[in-house]
Amino acid sequence: MRLARVARLHAREQCDTKRAMSASTTGHVPHSPSRAFFAGFRSAWNSVFALVLAGTYVGIGAIAHDLGFSSWWLALSSLLVWAAPAQLILITALGTGAALFEAAIAVTLSAIRLMPMVVALLPIIRPADGRLKPLLLPTHFTSVSMWVESLRLLPALPREERIPFCNGLSIGYMSVAVIFGFVGFYLVAGLPPIFAAALLFLTPISFLITTARNCRMLFEYVAMIAGLIIGPLLAWYQVNLDLMWTGVIGGAIGYAVYKVRRFAT
Amino acid sequence: MTSIGSELWPYVVLVVAGFLPNEVWRIVGLAVGRGLDEESEVVIVARAVAIAILAGVVAKLILFPSGALAMVPVMVRVAAATGGFLVYWFARRSVFAGVAAAELIILAGAGFFVR
Repeated sequence: MRLARVARLHAREQCDTKRAMSASTTGHVPHSPSRAFFAGFRSAWNSVFALVLAGTYVGIGAIAHDLGFSSWWLALSSLLVWAAPAQLILITALGTGAALFEAAIAVTLSAIRLMPMVVALLPIIRPADGRLKPLLLPTHFTSVSMWVESLRLLPALPREERIPFCNGLSIGYMSVAVIFGFVGFYLVAGLPPIFAAALLFLTPISFLITTARNCRMLFEYVAMIAGLIIGPLLAWYQVNLDLMWTGVIGGAIGYAVYKVRRFAT
Repeated sequence: MTSIGSELWPYVVLVVAGFLPNEVWRIVGLAVGRGLDEESEVVIVARAVAIAILAGVVAKLILFPSGALAMVPVMVRVAAATGGFLVYWFARRSVFAGVAAAELIILAGAGFFVR
């Protein structure tokens, strides 16, 4: 079954390649990388994800300010890490006194999920000539919002326009994140405590609800509930590497549920 | 430590504890290339672990917050999270409705308890 899927993917890719090659040799499709790039950038700012990212990064900016990070540090973390959950984990771990090693482990455990996302994106954007270098930027840019929109929009574009479009889209989302990170950072500093409290609550509540929204299967809900219980419990008893154990134990419980359901059906 | 060193230190931490441990999985994805489908075991485990950690962080932010949010009593924070989640669940899974409801509860609680 899996082989058939892979074969189908290959066939589709070859089709795409032929189409792209014939288009570029006959010259029927005028393509300009910079136009595709700006189309992607515009599409980012016009999508609903821009709004979601703005809210997310306003909240993260507020928390970064409260835990003593600088606004430029936050902006650089958006460019380099470019994954809101990882940034939140990094900021809360370091900001509440966790060791560097402890923060790194929690970040890396939360980031494994990026690997299959890159794998799924590659066949869509891989250049017809098979070069690796153009894939480096989209690989770094891979994160939830960019990934969902790329998988939705890119297949309709000619192959040679996909990477510039994807890069424009990603840089568009990144600019939203950086700008609204600054907004949240300076907003929380200037607001009266009542509104600052509401702003600081934005991140936990929006992450809680969007995590639930992204759950499609039972094991995902179970992992979420396990994390909600185990995380604060381990922190309360001041267990070393509490986030790592939350991920390992909560993840194992979720995986066990997946296996049991698989076995039962 | 010199002042330059201590100024640069947060950025070293950012690269070592944030950028590298996060980026490595993207690079692994690029190296693995193809042959990993949505239902494979690695994908399931990765999703479960990521969800559990993020949920843990969220719960910690609600129960042990910093700054102005710490002035709002814990019962109000838990009520806001629960209320927000219930509104999300019953308002046709609307993220916006859920977040808005939770924020209203926090604002009301903060208005009452925070001086």
